[in-house]
Amino acid sequence: MLELYGTALASRLLLGTARYPSPAVLSDAIRAARAEVVTVSLRREGAGERAGQGFWSLIRALGVRVLPNTAGCHSVKEAVTTAHMAREIFATPWVKLEVIGEDDTLQPDVFGLSEAARILCAEGFEVFPYTTEDLVVAERLIAAGCRVLMPWGSPIGSGRGLSNLFGLSALRAHFPEVALIVDAGLGVPSHAAQAMELGFDAVLVNTAVAQATDPVAMAGAFAQAVEAGRAARLAGPIEPRDFAAPSTPVVGQAFLR
Amino acid sequence: MRVRVRGAGVAGLSCAVELAERGATVEIVERAPALAGAGCSWFAGGMLAPWCELESSAPLIARLGEEGIAWWRRRFPGTAQRGTLVIAHGRDTGELLQFARRTERYQTLGAEALAALEPDLAGRFGKALYFASEAHLDPRAALGALLAHALELGVSVRFGADADEAPLAGRELLDCTGLAARRTLAELRGVRGEMLLVRAPDVALSRPVRVLHPRLPVYVVPRGAQEYLIGATMIESDAAQRISARSMLELLSAAYALHPAFGEAEILESGVGLRPAFPDNLPRLRRVGGALYVNGLYRHGFLLAPALAQRAALALLEGQHFAEVMDENPRQRRLA
Repeated sequence: MLELYGTALASRLLLGTARYPSPAVLSDAIRAARAEVVTVSLRREGAGERAGQGFWSLIRALGVRVLPNTAGCHSVKEAVTTAHMAREIFATPWVKLEVIGEDDTLQPDVFGLSEAARILCAEGFEVFPYTTEDLVVAERLIAAGCRVLMPWGSPIGSGRGLSNLFGLSALRAHFPEVALIVDAGLGVPSHAAQAMELGFDAVLVNTAVAQATDPVAMAGAFAQAVEAGRAARLAGPIEPRDFAAPSTPVVGQAFLR
Repeated sequence: MRVRVRGAGVAGLSCAVELAERGATVEIVERAPALAGAGCSWFAGGMLAPWCELESSAPLIARLGEEGIAWWRRRFPGTAQRGTLVIAHGRDTGELLQFARRTERYQTLGAEALAALEPDLAGRFGKALYFASEAHLDPRAALGALLAHALELGVSVRFGADADEAPLAGRELLDCTGLAARRTLAELRGVRGEMLLVRAPDVALSRPVRVLHPRLPVYVVPRGAQEYLIGATMIESDAAQRISARSMLELLSAAYALHPAFGEAEILESGVGLRPAFPDNLPRLRRVGGALYVNGLYRHGFLLAPALAQRAALALLEGQHFAEVMDENPRQRRLA
């Protein structure tokens, strides 16, 4: 079981809820993904407090755990305010903390992120910071009180998969006890399987599912990939080698002439 | 048959016209004092783009929408069938490929063909998708024309009136009140849309242009007299407050990136509408109590109103059943 801030979860696939063709397709996709946690963006979905009631009540009706995020926040203050709103609206201490530093890549502002994480953890939030694979930043976030980290695979929505395999592997190796969820940049199920094979605890996907021609089928495909990757990790993959290693012994083979 | 139509948005007016043309005695009751306040139709883009909409809509929308183009051309001479152009900036060309994969009835244009169609875009974009059979109209002029046509047909119209006050006295009730029908249709939600109306004398575009972008897709629709509608945001919210600074920045940036002369435009108006939508974003005709509800037109009001109005009229007058908009099983409806 995956454990996030004391909550045990059977599913290792988290789903974002933005950009689906309709809420009905979103519901079907969440079911097909067998996701137990979905992220909800507070900034864009509500142009004011209590405004997105229609959409949120649809999400609540799905019976999944909501992880509100602070998507689109560019400053510590904005992110902290949004987190407060989220706690009130969704009645959860969980918050996926995003502080965006650069508009083209939506790269996290890791300085603002650590600062916001420190403030929110001190206030009793259970913070899921969207970060890079940088080890020093990860140290700071853990020191701030984060027990889950969400490193990017590649820029949000880019669909490029894991662009820094070495960095992500190093992150996994340095923090064996911290729950690590690859967030952002996954494009196809093989990317998710790869993240799980590297030993990540879970993955979060949004655009790759929501913008697929058939989001529901793609959600199912990601669910299978996450399971396959996790099973492969537990099964202990072989080490790659430079030369062929015959799987059938050569010695002792009969000569048939 | 005598029918009371609640609501004088595009759905209500289309239904009233369809019913009156078939001989029904129709009255329209609208809560707002004038067309200008009657729901979100007033702030519509007025694009009749069934095949572009396939990008994120079920095939049903394209089928019903195709009927809509013919209907508007017959009833509103201001309907211009000049097609739709879809473009993307250099680094977003992936969006254009994805759009092309999901839509139909378009041709791919190179820079020269694009420049021939819209000289103002010459040299600015190397590639476009051209949906030649699509159309557009000015929603406010179209609503006025429908209202005038309804009056000619003998329809009585009461603005600033509460439909619940006067007794029905044997009339059938057709409810076209959009989001206001949420008291009865609990699963309706509002999807907020913000728009800008500008006058840009230095821009000459003769057909709607959609600019694709991973986060901020926008469209620009020519309204004649150098006026352009720039729209529209899609926000899961039913807050009706005025346009946000962020949305205005995004809409204007996108228009400016389409053509820098939009930077000199005069901003005539900003508007906000709440599109009524069911969870699958598909429209419905639904009987509740004694009334027939026409709702869930979402962002396709002008596109879908004609097809729905025809079906609503036939359902009321002749008891016909239209599975694609009347069955409740969403999977059946999606496949219908």
